[in-house]
Amino acid sequence: MPEEQAIFAGLNRDTFDQKDPSDYMQKFSKGLSPELVRVISKDKSEPEWMLQHRLKAFKYFQEIAMPTWGPSLSALNFDEICFFAKAADKRGGYDSWDKVPSYIKKTFDRLGIPEAEKKVLAGVGAQYESEVVYHSLQEDLKAQGVLFLDMDVALQDHGDLVQKYFMKCVPSNDHKFAALHGAVWSGGTFLYVPKGVRIQKPLQAYFRMNAQGMGQFEHTLIVIEEGAEAHYIEGCSAPKYGANALHAGCVEVFVGKNAKFRYSSVENWSKDTYNLNTKRAIVDDDARMEWVGGNMGSGVTMLYPCSILKGRNAHADHLGIAFANAGQIQDTGAKVFHIGKNTGSRVVMKSISKGGGASIYRGNLNIAKSAENALSQVECDALILDPISISDTIPCIRVDNDSATINHEARVGRLNEEDIFYLMTRGIPQAQAEAMIVNGFIHPIVRELPLEYAVEMNRLIELEMENSVG
Amino acid sequence: MSALLQIKDLHAEIDGKEILKGVNLTIQPGEIHAVMGPNGSGKSTLSNVIMGHPKYHVTKGEILYKGQSILDSDPHERALSGIFLAFQYPKEISGVTLEEFLMAAYRAKRAHADPSSPPILVFRFQRMLKDLMAELKIPEDFAGRYLNVGFSGGEKKKAEALQMALLDPELAILDETDSGLDVDALKTISEGIKATTAKDPKNSILLITHYQRILKYLEPDLVHVMKDGVIKKSGGKNFAHELEEGGYENI
Repeated sequence: MPEEQAIFAGLNRDTFDQKDPSDYMQKFSKGLSPELVRVISKDKSEPEWMLQHRLKAFKYFQEIAMPTWGPSLSALNFDEICFFAKAADKRGGYDSWDKVPSYIKKTFDRLGIPEAEKKVLAGVGAQYESEVVYHSLQEDLKAQGVLFLDMDVALQDHGDLVQKYFMKCVPSNDHKFAALHGAVWSGGTFLYVPKGVRIQKPLQAYFRMNAQGMGQFEHTLIVIEEGAEAHYIEGCSAPKYGANALHAGCVEVFVGKNAKFRYSSVENWSKDTYNLNTKRAIVDDDARMEWVGGNMGSGVTMLYPCSILKGRNAHADHLGIAFANAGQIQDTGAKVFHIGKNTGSRVVMKSISKGGGASIYRGNLNIAKSAENALSQVECDALILDPISISDTIPCIRVDNDSATINHEARVGRLNEEDIFYLMTRGIPQAQAEAMIVNGFIHPIVRELPLEYAVEMNRLIELEMENSVG
Repeated sequence: MSALLQIKDLHAEIDGKEILKGVNLTIQPGEIHAVMGPNGSGKSTLSNVIMGHPKYHVTKGEILYKGQSILDSDPHERALSGIFLAFQYPKEISGVTLEEFLMAAYRAKRAHADPSSPPILVFRFQRMLKDLMAELKIPEDFAGRYLNVGFSGGEKKKAEALQMALLDPELAILDETDSGLDVDALKTISEGIKATTAKDPKNSILLITHYQRILKYLEPDLVHVMKDGVIKKSGGKNFAHELEEGGYENI
């Protein structure tokens, strides 16, 4: 077995669900107020412009109504969420796993992060609750001017650069949760790849919520300059408490001319988490943006990575998998805005619904008047594993230029009894046969994930498929 | 000597329609049997019922394998006990490679035979698979292709023969394996099947076929004619030739 495959071999649902002590939480209160916003900013010794940005965002948050579409968020009580908590007291995180407090390191060990770092990654960031606890980057990349930092550190040490881009892609008045994020954001990743630098190995960040009723609002800001290339991976998880947690992160990506960037994520928050994440990229001339995402966890997910194809010949790929099991709503999709000439986009979404879960594809495709010869292809495949589960496809397409070529395909299927029988006649038990077919269904997307994540994804599917109805 | 397979007065239906109306058939270890007959006579139903297809319901009768009833066994349990069904129309399974599928099947078989044995290492399995594929003249790159997806009719049948060779069954049921094959492919596949069967003199074959031509390569000990859900007539090798001349009409 290749080394990479072994890294996550011991993972199971329990690994993610294990909670560690969270005595540090006593210092932090629940609920949201302008005072809290000031406390966060002060605690981080932020520049004045950031405090003002936060306060403005807080105002937007108060003004903007909850979304009137999509899954119900009525059980989400902002007074019961802890918006800011620190487990460790080291700004920017430690540079060695040995220095990370042992109870935190234990969590990441269980998740296999330090081991993966040794073997397959160029850099790693690890966030626990609101702040980053570990950060590293290979020396040769540092020498080439690459910055891979905790956002809090980036704001201190590269304030001008951060200010130039921060929430310019996702403005804080975009929607209610972008506003919330703008007010209370904490931690996250800043990745800056200078002109012409091509990073071969992926960089990775792992976000972990541990305490009950936690909110995580990490900000990921990525700037890929002209002709540069990088691949960034995010993994996310949280233990299960039976009380609602909230994740409202924000990912902003700027892909420069002729640059190439891939963003991969496997989001496996516990099933009592609301995952209301905003991810958006602005793609310049001849540049390419690739989103690869797996959504397994959370009770309610609303996540629609967005590409703004601003430049000529800009291209975006959106590849996604959503798995909705009992009690889960995976409301995911893609948003693409074609603005430049000859822009192209491809969306491939695969969803699986089981045990009463609901998977919804929500797409928004816009071809602007300026987007001469735009080409867009959307494919949605849904697999429904039992009669009580739900799948829905809600595409919204707006075309303002007649030269566009658009293709939208949607298919819904069930597990085929004949296929299962075929595999069983070779000695494979029913549950395994079904898991093989389901894994086969998502394989075209899983194979785009880094190997160790692909293995994790397949294992998670197998776990979710256990006790599956025949 | 006790029979390998014993089918007694087997009645089976699908969606309330009776297809098998009292089939009797006994296969001794080491024998090759051919079941022939016109379309719609129940030949394929018989093979599916032996394998435990969930769509068919046995309403009466018994199937004994090595003296034990298998009617309550799941298809995978029947497979693990040594029964193999080569499909007339093998299923296309997207996203699952031939190699990964075969390795899962092979590991299941080994774990069943000896629960304490560790799973076969990937590279060992790959070497074994490569040899078997060469024997069946299957191009190497097929191992990495999705199971049967985009395979031609002949390639699908070769892939079935490959699965049989790997799993080395005691009772191989070949459902219309010869249909849609050209002469070369028929020869290659028949030789592969023969080689697999020859590994143990007790291995048996049940050939379900509409045509005579596969019987040239896999010579049956007994030939049965099935019609209207029952076996109407049985005979030795020469019976097949009589059928060739006279057809099924007069049976």
